[in-house]
Amino acid sequence: MNNVLAVAGVVIKEMYRRKDFYVLLIITVLITGLMASVTLFHDDQIVRYLKEICLLLIWISSLIIAITTIARQLPSERENRTIFPLLAKPISRTELLVGKFLGCWLACGLALVCFYLFFGILSVSREHHWHLLNYFQAATLHWFMLAILIAMAMLGSLIFTAPSSNATICLIVAAGILLVGRHLNKVALTLSNPGQSIVYSFYYALPHLEVFDARDLIIHNWPAIAWKFYSIALAYALVYSGLLLTGACVLFRRKALN
Amino acid sequence: MRSSKTLGLVILLLLVVAFSMATWLDPQLQARQQSRATDVLSVLMGDSRRIFAYHFFVKADAYFHSGFYPTIFDNRQSFQTPHMAEDAGALKGRNEGEETAFMGKPRDIIEEFTRHFLPSAHTHLDEPGAHGATTTGTDLGEASGGEVREILPWLKLSAELDPNRIETYTVTAYWLRRRMGKVDEAEEFLRDGLKANPGNSALLFELGRIYHEDRKNVERARNLWELGVRRWDEQPAPKTEQDNFILSGLALYLARLEESQGNLPAAFGWLERLAPVSPDPHGVEQQILELQQKLSQPSLPTGTNAASP
Repeated sequence: MNNVLAVAGVVIKEMYRRKDFYVLLIITVLITGLMASVTLFHDDQIVRYLKEICLLLIWISSLIIAITTIARQLPSERENRTIFPLLAKPISRTELLVGKFLGCWLACGLALVCFYLFFGILSVSREHHWHLLNYFQAATLHWFMLAILIAMAMLGSLIFTAPSSNATICLIVAAGILLVGRHLNKVALTLSNPGQSIVYSFYYALPHLEVFDARDLIIHNWPAIAWKFYSIALAYALVYSGLLLTGACVLFRRKALN
Repeated sequence: MRSSKTLGLVILLLLVVAFSMATWLDPQLQARQQSRATDVLSVLMGDSRRIFAYHFFVKADAYFHSGFYPTIFDNRQSFQTPHMAEDAGALKGRNEGEETAFMGKPRDIIEEFTRHFLPSAHTHLDEPGAHGATTTGTDLGEASGGEVREILPWLKLSAELDPNRIETYTVTAYWLRRRMGKVDEAEEFLRDGLKANPGNSALLFELGRIYHEDRKNVERARNLWELGVRRWDEQPAPKTEQDNFILSGLALYLARLEESQGNLPAAFGWLERLAPVSPDPHGVEQQILELQQKLSQPSLPTGTNAASP
């Protein structure tokens, strides 16, 4: 476990030394601030469009941070040949992979804290009340969704040769699931077999990232999600990321490093 | 020596290219200025901005429902006409079916589970909103300062993208003045619409309502509505269902105005104009009969101005 934490610590340090997070945070703050400066019909209490824009930017930023960070971990270690001394130490390949995953996930969690803190401040400044529970649920669901994506990108980094192709494919898959994943069953029902069975199989097999998207609930101030379903969603994310991570570990153990 | 000659030729080539570009661009720029399409959005987006304008108009309706809104994959029969436009009287309603059941029953366990993470009740912002289920007895549209204001940014953006979309102006003006009490802003927005669409009957009708209902200026309201009817008459045939809907609104409001002013012959004239286009012709016939009875009683005061529909 110490080995895993040591590797995770290195990934977190790398994350806050790089400029990606700061740039994305500043862009989010600037764009949202610019939109907030527009006064529509002399009404300064309009807030939901700002919340929507801010959350959209947070989601885009988090996807970019998570996927690009994890996608370059193993390829850069191999390219710089630092993976050999690393594995020569008493650390297994599984520990290395789990450490990378954990570091990236925790780093994304830290980034999300900053992003959601800004979102909360923005929201409170206009609405004058703090939906703390709802924001906590939305942020944690978001964070657990990133766990699935990070595990997926880690698996991808062992399959695809270049980090850029892995990151692009992961971003497209994530965007696709978020946009149409929820509706694949409806599409399947309009098809005849074997198309219907194939699409329905996809629907059941793919990780439903859209479940973790609670943006509509916090934009429109809906009541908090029932804890039972919230917990099931978190467990669902852990199971999926565990499966993907296991797959990555199996693949990494069999993979030649040079 | 040779390089200086090449450099000279390159400069000459660039000058020729610049001159050719100028002769090609200048007429286009002049034509664009003539068609008044000089704003950046029109130049950059072309006609695609109308698609985005419609998207943002629908987005405003989704906000009106606090996010509980059908996607293209759901049954949209009960959402064919945006509810915020129907409630504002800007569009004739074409909605059918139960508006709360567009999702249908969950088809599988994943869909059933996913619904716990989505807005799940049909509400309007001018009624108990997203908190309706928990905070009973409050009207978030008015009592809490008007959550309905949240639809305005998307409507404004929609109008910026497509200034010829009339419903955007009428819907925005309705919610501004009726739910938020921002009469001046509503009038200003309608006048922007009239600048982009001179003499439009729907905009004149809505502007007339501002003068009649908010400013209590009967004369000006009458003038605006009568101008609206004249502009409607000048429109080339064939008239659409929406055109007839606008005329029915104009004629009905003019009839009511004249009746309230005691000008019964004019009111009678407007009701006769209303009858063929009204969605409720029997109701209008009944009103005509009642008015005829009033007219036949000599003791009732009547106005002097006859309507000229």
